[in-house]
Amino acid sequence: MSKPIAGGSNGAAGLEVALPRPRAIRPRTGGHVLENERLLAFALLSPTVVLLGMFIAYPFVMGVWLSLSSTSVGNIGEFVGARNFVKAWNDSIFQTAFKNTFIYTFWATIFKLSLGMWLALLLNRSFRGKRIVRASMLLPFIVPTVLSTFAWRWMFDPTFSVLNWLLYQSGFIVTKLPFLSDGTYGMWCAITVNTWRGMPFFAITLLAGLQTINPDLHEAASLDGANGWRRFWNVTWPLLKPVTLVVVVFSVIQTFSDFQLIYVLTGGGPANATHLLATYAYQIGVATGLLGEGAAISLFMLPVLFVVVWLQLRYLRRLEGA
Amino acid sequence: MDRRGFLKTTGVAGILAAGRAPAFAQGTKLHLLRWVDFVPAGDQILRQQLLPEAGKALGVEVQLETINANDLQPRITAAIQSGSGADIIMTLHNWPHLYKSSVVDVTDVAEGIAKDQGGFYAQAEQAVKDGKQYLAVPFGVNGLLIAYRKSWFKEAGAETPPKTLDEYRQLGTRLKKKGHPIGQTLGHTFGDAPAWSYPMLWNFGAAERDRQGKTKLDSKETVESVKWMTAFWKDACDEGGFAWDDTNNNRAFLAGEIAATLNGASIYIAAKRQQDKIKDERGEPMWRDIDHFAIPAGPAGTWGYHIPFAHMVMKYSKNQKPAKDLLRWLGAKDQFAKWFEVMEGFSAGSTKYWERNPLWGRLDDAMKLYRTAAQASRIIGWEGAPDAKASEVYSKYVVTDMYAKAAQGLAPADAAKWAAAELQKIYG
Repeated sequence: MSKPIAGGSNGAAGLEVALPRPRAIRPRTGGHVLENERLLAFALLSPTVVLLGMFIAYPFVMGVWLSLSSTSVGNIGEFVGARNFVKAWNDSIFQTAFKNTFIYTFWATIFKLSLGMWLALLLNRSFRGKRIVRASMLLPFIVPTVLSTFAWRWMFDPTFSVLNWLLYQSGFIVTKLPFLSDGTYGMWCAITVNTWRGMPFFAITLLAGLQTINPDLHEAASLDGANGWRRFWNVTWPLLKPVTLVVVVFSVIQTFSDFQLIYVLTGGGPANATHLLATYAYQIGVATGLLGEGAAISLFMLPVLFVVVWLQLRYLRRLEGA
Repeated sequence: MDRRGFLKTTGVAGILAAGRAPAFAQGTKLHLLRWVDFVPAGDQILRQQLLPEAGKALGVEVQLETINANDLQPRITAAIQSGSGADIIMTLHNWPHLYKSSVVDVTDVAEGIAKDQGGFYAQAEQAVKDGKQYLAVPFGVNGLLIAYRKSWFKEAGAETPPKTLDEYRQLGTRLKKKGHPIGQTLGHTFGDAPAWSYPMLWNFGAAERDRQGKTKLDSKETVESVKWMTAFWKDACDEGGFAWDDTNNNRAFLAGEIAATLNGASIYIAAKRQQDKIKDERGEPMWRDIDHFAIPAGPAGTWGYHIPFAHMVMKYSKNQKPAKDLLRWLGAKDQFAKWFEVMEGFSAGSTKYWERNPLWGRLDDAMKLYRTAAQASRIIGWEGAPDAKASEVYSKYVVTDMYAKAAQGLAPADAAKWAAAELQKIYG
């Protein structure tokens, strides 16, 4: 029996016309996949999922497994529960590295934020050669960390430091400053180099944020009699806060897990005074070959970073909500 | 064993008799990873002469890669964990014990060389031998003596080098007052730091562990040695040494910044090879003003730590047989002699046989102490075994840091206690 024409009266009344049965059109396979949103989404996402799985999930899971095992170089090891974490926690060098990581991250982030903000405000002004200055400001960020840190190491060299030479020749010092040979100096040298390297990232991101602020707001504030500081505090800063928080989150993550800079500049010395969690994990895991213990040390970074990032993002969401 | 016997035992005779290389798979490539030598001529002769000759003799192509010595251990770990990398890797100290599950048994090669050359120095053997099994083939001992400026010592009242550590401290104090401090590293660096700090334990009668392997660092001998180092550091040393690596003291010495430093022979060799450039304050070639002496005696004797070197064949290598053959070939007297000679005394060889080499007769008097330097050596981990745990202590720089902490202000007894506690966690 032929089916009623669409829109017909279902045979109750009117004319029923027999039409040829339409041939079922079978879409080609490729087209079918593209039509299916689920399959298409899967196809588009799978390369990313595979990449993330290979380069983030697998190493992470492997790291967790290693930290719970007695694996050492060339030996698979066995499950030891939290023993590596307990051993690390009771290790005085670990305690020094843990404390150092906080000090290093805190001060480097403070300096990068304040100097980056200052630089961004300067660069937001109009002056001749603005573009060249903005581009050249990125140099410390572009130069590979290892290379620039080698240059800094040369400048801080215990025997041939050009900085010591300059200070001595200028009459500021009478004996060499122990840049890298004293623990406290060493840490501040590392913070200085990290600030030098990371400040452009802050500056350029904050500059982008500054340029989204409507100049009319500043003009209005000026007309109301606000001075420079009041304009910054009441107009610029509130509008820049979300961008600033994002930059700080990125910076905290990078600085807390910093490795290259310390490895090249001080190697964690003198007497472990500049070891960070990442460099100590490397020394134990890779140099000494105690992979399980090294993985446990590096995993101590995870909960700390998780809490820091969670708090900052929560605050950011509140800001956006407000 | 005569040379003929050695060749027969080791199989090199077969290669020579056949007049052609053994039948390894065509295109077999061997990858040899070593440090960048402090005597560049050593790398040069390997790259340009010995390894190409070995390639012809063994029918393989040998590629030499050299890296900074401080990066060797990370490279070894990465190679073992990934199961790929160089077929043969150079090791220092007692590292082979750390990697013993990942290296090929080379007992046949090492024993062949030992038999042919009258046996290895004790520390060279201990560094690579686990029970009866050789984990690596010894390839020389780096003698470490104190290089010093004769004229400055004389100005400070020392016609001859100091005999005791106390004399050395007093002399160093006078030198530092004259603007010529002694330069030594207490930093995190592979060679000079342990070679300086470990003998200080031994020369005061202290040790990391007893013969059963238990920690015995927390002792009055250790505290005495830390007290000596603290005073020596403050009175006599360039305090920048906390941040020095193995190259800093060479540069400081050759730049006329320090009067003495414990080092391999590379300072003297470099000063002589570049005598047109490296001059003293009078404009004379500096090498003429350089001489050497062993670490002076402490209350318990005069021990040094002369660092043993070796080569491991890696288990993941698909070319284990040719790799072992290469080490056998390089270790044979004829081949090793060529390398040994260009090293000009920097490497003392792994066996006493090399003390009789005519090279020593040709070298300057200043270099002759290096001939027998390797005899008065202990090895890290003493008086226990130089096992993987001793390697862990070394890699964490616990002994070096004990001295560094005290020199930076921690009370000697507290520094010794800290180090003993760290050792306790490792040795038990």
